[in-house]
Amino acid sequence: MNNFTVEAIELTRLYGGREAVSNVNFTLSKGEVLGFLGPNGAGKSTTMKMLTGNLAPSHGSVKICGIDMIENPKEAKALIGYLPEMRPLYKELTVDEYLTMAARLHRVSAKHIKKAVENAKERCGLTHMSKRLIENLSNGYQQRVGIAQAIIHSPMVVILDEPTVGLDPIQIRDIRTLIREVGTDHSVIISTHILPEVEMVCDQVQIIDKGKLVFNGSIDVLKRQRVGNKLLIGLRNPPAIEEILRISGVSEAESLANGLIRVRYAENAEPAEAIVQVAVQQGWGLHQIAPDQTSLEDVFMQLTYQEQIAA
Amino acid sequence: MIINVARKELKSVFASPMGWVILSLLMFAFGTQYLNAVNDYFAVMSGAMRPAERTGVTQFVGQSVYGLASFIMLFAVPLLSMRLISEERRSQTLPFLFSAPISLTEIVVGKFLGLVAFLSILVLFIGAMLSTLNIWADIDFGFLLTNSLGLLLMVAGFSALGIYFSSLTQQPVIAAILTFIALFALMMLDRFFGDDPTNILGGLSLTRHFQSFASGLIDSADIVYFILFAVTFLTLTVRRLDADRLRG
Repeated sequence: MNNFTVEAIELTRLYGGREAVSNVNFTLSKGEVLGFLGPNGAGKSTTMKMLTGNLAPSHGSVKICGIDMIENPKEAKALIGYLPEMRPLYKELTVDEYLTMAARLHRVSAKHIKKAVENAKERCGLTHMSKRLIENLSNGYQQRVGIAQAIIHSPMVVILDEPTVGLDPIQIRDIRTLIREVGTDHSVIISTHILPEVEMVCDQVQIIDKGKLVFNGSIDVLKRQRVGNKLLIGLRNPPAIEEILRISGVSEAESLANGLIRVRYAENAEPAEAIVQVAVQQGWGLHQIAPDQTSLEDVFMQLTYQEQIAA
Repeated sequence: MIINVARKELKSVFASPMGWVILSLLMFAFGTQYLNAVNDYFAVMSGAMRPAERTGVTQFVGQSVYGLASFIMLFAVPLLSMRLISEERRSQTLPFLFSAPISLTEIVVGKFLGLVAFLSILVLFIGAMLSTLNIWADIDFGFLLTNSLGLLLMVAGFSALGIYFSSLTQQPVIAAILTFIALFALMMLDRFFGDDPTNILGGLSLTRHFQSFASGLIDSADIVYFILFAVTFLTLTVRRLDADRLRG
């Protein structure tokens, strides 16, 4: 008996012959936060709909804590909390009414409903909004109600489709803390466009492009790919590139448009000190030296772009 | 679980003034009809000399009020049923129900029962209103009971049809118009094929099956007809929603 909370096995979804999602496999264990990345129309939302039983997969299957979504949809759905991209809010109800209804529909027993509602409101910072009509809440607060409804029955798996859209920076920070918090004892799947967010909250990352998984692994792998063996140096009197190449350990150098020079070095070599020394001796006017990090955007671009070439 | 869905529906009807306004307007119409019928009864009966021309007050007033009720429901039910699914489709709230641990059948039946519960408030009120005749006369409660049962079964049938049309579209107004046309056609069948009792099309008419209830007769064939009618359209609705899940 493995303790995967979510298993997606060869998930495929066809829309009139076109594969919106093809052959997606992954597993998620308890206490992990999975980030789902991908450009628009890559199939993120479609995958999430299939995971939550809102859409039937054309092939493949989904298992939540070992329960098959197609064979036992009710039992499997009871373990999931889902916030779709479009918030499913009944705007004519108050926050309390809506959350009570959500708790009831998710089989929270009658005597625990009140507690569950209070708890969810507190976690999402909605306590002072209890009696307000959802219609009159701001966009950000509506989003919080959406998240509250997804965690109200403390499900094993929480699936949030772009949870931080439309929130202000403080709210985003709160929601990230909340996701981390929920992620410690449950599993969380979030999809997002905001790459730094993934780095902050996720343990695992999946990048999906044109319905295919192009990257699936822990966040550390992605981070390592990011750092790379590169330095960025700024010189007031830059010498010819050849002179820099002569420094031991440096394997490549190129000057960039903004006046800086990017230096690549071999694995295990640490030419930083040598560069500083040479620069001082030769009077190059060194004013900046820093490790050059590829931004997550670049990694993302590389991964999705490679796929395009292959295809 | 079905109860929870039904409660949700009732809650959203009463969350806006809509539910209250419809209840009060309809009761106003029925109340006026009731008063007029009582007045008419005295006018008509004072002119009716022969015993054969005389009818009981329950039948006279009851037929008048229930006749109006069945006609008004033809307009009221489409207006109430139109939102049930199309509105959720439009504001994209269906995933909320679909991802909860309830089956499609439970969702549809829950919504249906929610609407029928709301309409049964009206049926109850009409019954209570007519029972007040008992203060001055000795009325036939059996007659009231069969009429109430008939009205309830008929609005249940209307509601099932309304839910089905509501599941077909995103626009509540289109759902209402389609429901109204379908109900009206089913009513009219009796006009065209009513003279021939063996005609199958005439047998489909909703009015004909309400007639026996209206005259105070409980015919199991009519009860079965209304139940089958409702079950058929609820099944079609479930299938329509399932197609959403399969086709996306």
